[in-house]
Amino acid sequence: MPAPADATSKFLEYAHPEVLVTADWVAQNLDNPDVVVVESDEDVLLYEIGHIPGAVKIDWHTDLNDTVTRDYVDGAGFKALMERSGISRDTTVVLYGDKSNWWAAYALWVFKLFGHADVRLLDGAREAWAASGRALTKEPTLKVPSSYPLVERDDKTLRAFRDDVLAHFGNPLLDIRSPQEYSGERTHMPDYPQEGALRAGHIPSAVSVPWGRAVNEDQTFKSRAELEAIYQGEKGLNPNDEVIAYCRIGERSSHSWFVLKFLLGFDNVRNYDGSWTEWGSLVGVPIVRGEEPGNAPAPRR
Amino acid sequence: MTNSVSEAAELVASDFKAGSNREKLELLLEYSENLPALPERYSEHPDLFERVEECQSPVFLFVEVENGQVGVFFTAPEEAPTTRGFAGILSEVLHGKPVNEVLSLSDDFPDQIGLTEAVSPLRIRGMRAMIYRIKRQVREKVA
Repeated sequence: MPAPADATSKFLEYAHPEVLVTADWVAQNLDNPDVVVVESDEDVLLYEIGHIPGAVKIDWHTDLNDTVTRDYVDGAGFKALMERSGISRDTTVVLYGDKSNWWAAYALWVFKLFGHADVRLLDGAREAWAASGRALTKEPTLKVPSSYPLVERDDKTLRAFRDDVLAHFGNPLLDIRSPQEYSGERTHMPDYPQEGALRAGHIPSAVSVPWGRAVNEDQTFKSRAELEAIYQGEKGLNPNDEVIAYCRIGERSSHSWFVLKFLLGFDNVRNYDGSWTEWGSLVGVPIVRGEEPGNAPAPRR
Repeated sequence: MTNSVSEAAELVASDFKAGSNREKLELLLEYSENLPALPERYSEHPDLFERVEECQSPVFLFVEVENGQVGVFFTAPEEAPTTRGFAGILSEVLHGKPVNEVLSLSDDFPDQIGLTEAVSPLRIRGMRAMIYRIKRQVREKVA
């Protein structure tokens, strides 16, 4: 049974208010058997030095990615992960993590590829717990293994591959990387040179909205009016548009995907997880350098 | 008598290789917790430290060479345990060792300790950058 929604008034403005919870809500639901809290971080050891009591850890690299193919775990892998995490198909999953919930949003997107119905983010990320005056614990979480069905991953609805991007030209593309990556001044964002590509720039016609514009200084999401002013006002996107978002490896764009999909109610938005590390190294695909989006080439189908 | 850089590097590698991914992470966490604090003479001198830009978390390092022995000092926040763990390993292997031995540490050391699978290739490369910077600072100081 899904846990009750967090009735915080700011959330009620969003298209899908039930996808966000506050630290207070998490605290009130720590013993709720219908809720599993999951930490997902960039730093693979951060959970170990302190997490929300009762939270389990899901790591993007060691748990969500296939160890050989550049892809996510398959249905059997996801089933095993859910079962050892104590998550059933009807569990309310609350994700949180470091870096304003980048990796938590990425994990949420993967949960959605498997159609898990009720997945929420802690607004304000990992910092929100401490900011609410509560302590993290090093106490290991022991979950009773659950039973989870074998669900095939849906790679069509929320996920875009490079061929989908080529066929998408003429529809909006959203580049959420730093301005320097967008213009082609650098192939990676500051401090992350290892995730480079052979060419620099952006996918033709993609508009630039660095992911961080969606959050406040305290890592909470901006209000609906502020988000609308950016994505709909300034960038001219429309909730009826088909949108594809990308970054370098798909994690920051999961964050923006979450904003468009759940906070602003865009029905048809996909995340291109191959992102720049793939596009910037692909042979024969068009690229634009500089600060202007450039024209969309004819779609290739 | 402390062991040589190559002996220390082999010890670290064999410890990591022996464990499961979970055990490797636990060991890395121990290195993180045991990263030596800065000696007083350096703790007030952030200007001496060089940022390792390649790391995902802010980590700074500084190398001193005295009487042919290398001192390696790191500072990284508690909330960056993986980066601190990398620093802890390098401190264990390199600190207090002769210049020629420090310079002989393989650039591929991070890939040789079997940590890549546990922490991801993207994360491990931060350690390579630390080694590169340590060696460069050593060379500059003995030049």
